[in-house]
Amino acid sequence: MVKVRDVCRHVRSKNAGPYWVTFDFFFDGPENFEKYHASPALSPELFARLYGTDPALVKHIPVADLNMVKISYPRATPQGGVEERDMHSGQQYVRVLDVELD
Amino acid sequence: MDREFADGVKVLVPTGSLGAGVREEEIAYGMARGVHAIASDAGSTDSGAAYLATGKSKNNRGAVKRDLRILMQAQAEYGVPIIIGTAGQAGGDLNLDWTRDIVLELAEELGTSPKIALLRSEQDKAVVKQLNGDGRVKPLPPLGPLDDATIDGCDHIVAAMGVEPYVAALEGGADIILGGRSTDTAVLAAFPIWKRAPWGPAWHAGKTGECGAQCTEERESSGVLLTVTADGFEVAPLSDTNFCTPHSVSAHMLYENTDPFRLVEPGGILDVTRARYAQSDARTVRVTGSEWEPRPYTMKLEGAGGGKFQTLMLVGIQDPDVLRDVDGFHERLLKALYARTRSAIPAEELGEFHISLRMYGWNGTTGRPVPEGTPAPPEIGMLFVATADTQDIANSIAHACNPYFFHYPAVMDKELPSYGFAFTPADVPRGQVYEFKLNHIVEVDDWRELIRTEWIDLAETRNVREAVNG
Repeated sequence: MVKVRDVCRHVRSKNAGPYWVTFDFFFDGPENFEKYHASPALSPELFARLYGTDPALVKHIPVADLNMVKISYPRATPQGGVEERDMHSGQQYVRVLDVELD
Repeated sequence: MDREFADGVKVLVPTGSLGAGVREEEIAYGMARGVHAIASDAGSTDSGAAYLATGKSKNNRGAVKRDLRILMQAQAEYGVPIIIGTAGQAGGDLNLDWTRDIVLELAEELGTSPKIALLRSEQDKAVVKQLNGDGRVKPLPPLGPLDDATIDGCDHIVAAMGVEPYVAALEGGADIILGGRSTDTAVLAAFPIWKRAPWGPAWHAGKTGECGAQCTEERESSGVLLTVTADGFEVAPLSDTNFCTPHSVSAHMLYENTDPFRLVEPGGILDVTRARYAQSDARTVRVTGSEWEPRPYTMKLEGAGGGKFQTLMLVGIQDPDVLRDVDGFHERLLKALYARTRSAIPAEELGEFHISLRMYGWNGTTGRPVPEGTPAPPEIGMLFVATADTQDIANSIAHACNPYFFHYPAVMDKELPSYGFAFTPADVPRGQVYEFKLNHIVEVDDWRELIRTEWIDLAETRNVREAVNG
C-alpha cells in the first residue's frame, strides 16, 4: 500500500484567510505526480471525513510545473473560535500522511 | 512606462512584515542598486481576529520602531517613498494611529520632515449596513448573506485596499504612506503601477515579494528587490548569501492561497497561468507572461469582534494509570467537570458555558481519536479551557473545577493522585475569544467611497512652529 508520505517529498497545510485551509502536496517527481495527484483517495470526501468540511466546496488544483497539487477546503469552524486548537492550521497536514493512495 | 524607468521600477521589500527585523546591510545593498521605493506590509489576518478586534499590534512597539527607524533614515537620505500597508497588524484605525505615532516620534528624533499620507480603510457600521441593504455586499463561501446582527457583533470592520489609494497618495507627494488594511500584493504593486508599469507583472511582483525573502531558496535574509520592467519582472534577495530559483519563486504563488494561478484583487484578477520563470543570473529570477484581467471594482470586508471569555488551567500528568487510558480518562473527567460546574454555580448565573480538556502530548492539537495501537506517552499536559459569558463566570467555573482537575483519579478505588500544577493561582484568566465575522466582498463604483486619506506634512508643521517661535 502506497501512502501519501511515501510519494510526497513535502506536505504542508496553512490557513488561507480565516475561513479556508489549503494543503500543498509536493510529489517526489513527475512520475508520482502523474500517478497520484488525481487519486480518488484525495477526493473531497477524504476532507469531508477528516476535517468535517462540505465536500462540494473543496478545490483541487494541480500545478504540473511543480509536481504538486493544491487542495483547499473551508474550515468547519472559523479560525480562532472557542475550541480552536490550531490557529494557522499548520499541523492539519499530519492526518493525511498515512492516507493510502492505491 | 515612464522613460526614466527604462531599466525597470525597483521596489525594495525590506521584510515580510514590518517589525519582523529589517537588516541595515540589506537596505544599504538595495539602495546602492538604485531603489525607487521601499514597500512592506505590516500585518495580516493570519494570527487571528484579536488584533483587528482590539486594535492592538502583534509586534511590539520597540521592534516596529527599530525597523521604521532604519527605513526612515534611508527615506531621508535617498528621497524615496516608504509604503506601509495593513499598519499595526490589522489595519483598523487604532492600528493605523499606533503606527502613525511611532513615525511621528521617529521624525522628531531623526529631525526629518516627511510628508505623510494616512489611508483609512476602517468602515462605519451604518455604512456597511447601508451597502448591505443596497445589495452591494456579497458573501464569499463558506459564509452566507450578511445580516445587521453580524455587523453589530464586530468591534471593527475594514475594507482591504487595492493600489488606487496608494497611487493617489504617491501622486500627492507622500514621502511615507501608512495604509490601513490592504491586500499584501497591492502595497508592493502600487509604486510600479504609479510609474505606468504593466499591471500583470506589477501585481505578480507584489505577490512574489509579499513575504520578503520567503520566495528565495535559503531564506538566510529578510528582504528582496523587485524590478518591474515593460515585459515582466525580476526578483532577487537583498542578501548576497541567498538566491532565487524558478522553483522558489513560482512556489510562492502557492502560499496562503486556495488558487495558485488566479488571485482576486480589488478591480481585477492576477492570472499567472501562462507565467514563465527563468534564472537570469545566479541569484535572480525573471518572470514573464503574468496577466491582469480588469473586473468591476470590489473590496473584501473583514470584521472581527469579541465574544465570550475564557479561563485556563494546566497540569502535567505522568501517572501511569492515566497514561494507559488517556481517552477514557478525558471522557470521564470532562463529564465530571460539567456535573461539578452545574452543581456548584446556579444555572441563572452560569448561563451558556463550555469546557474543553486538551490532552497535549496525546491529541491536544486535533482533539480527534489517535490511531489504534498508539503507545502511551511518557507524560501529557492537560489544558483546561472554560468559556463563559463573562470573565468572572469563566473564573468561577475554573475555581469550582479546580479540585477535580487536580485530583480526579484514573482508577476510582485508588488513593487520590495529585497532578502537576504549573502555577499559583492555578487558573489563568485569558480574556475574550475573538472571531472573524465577515467574509464578504463589497461592490463599489469608486474606491474613494470607502477610503479616506489624511495628510500630515511635517515640513509645514515645522515652518509654522519656527514662525511662531521666531
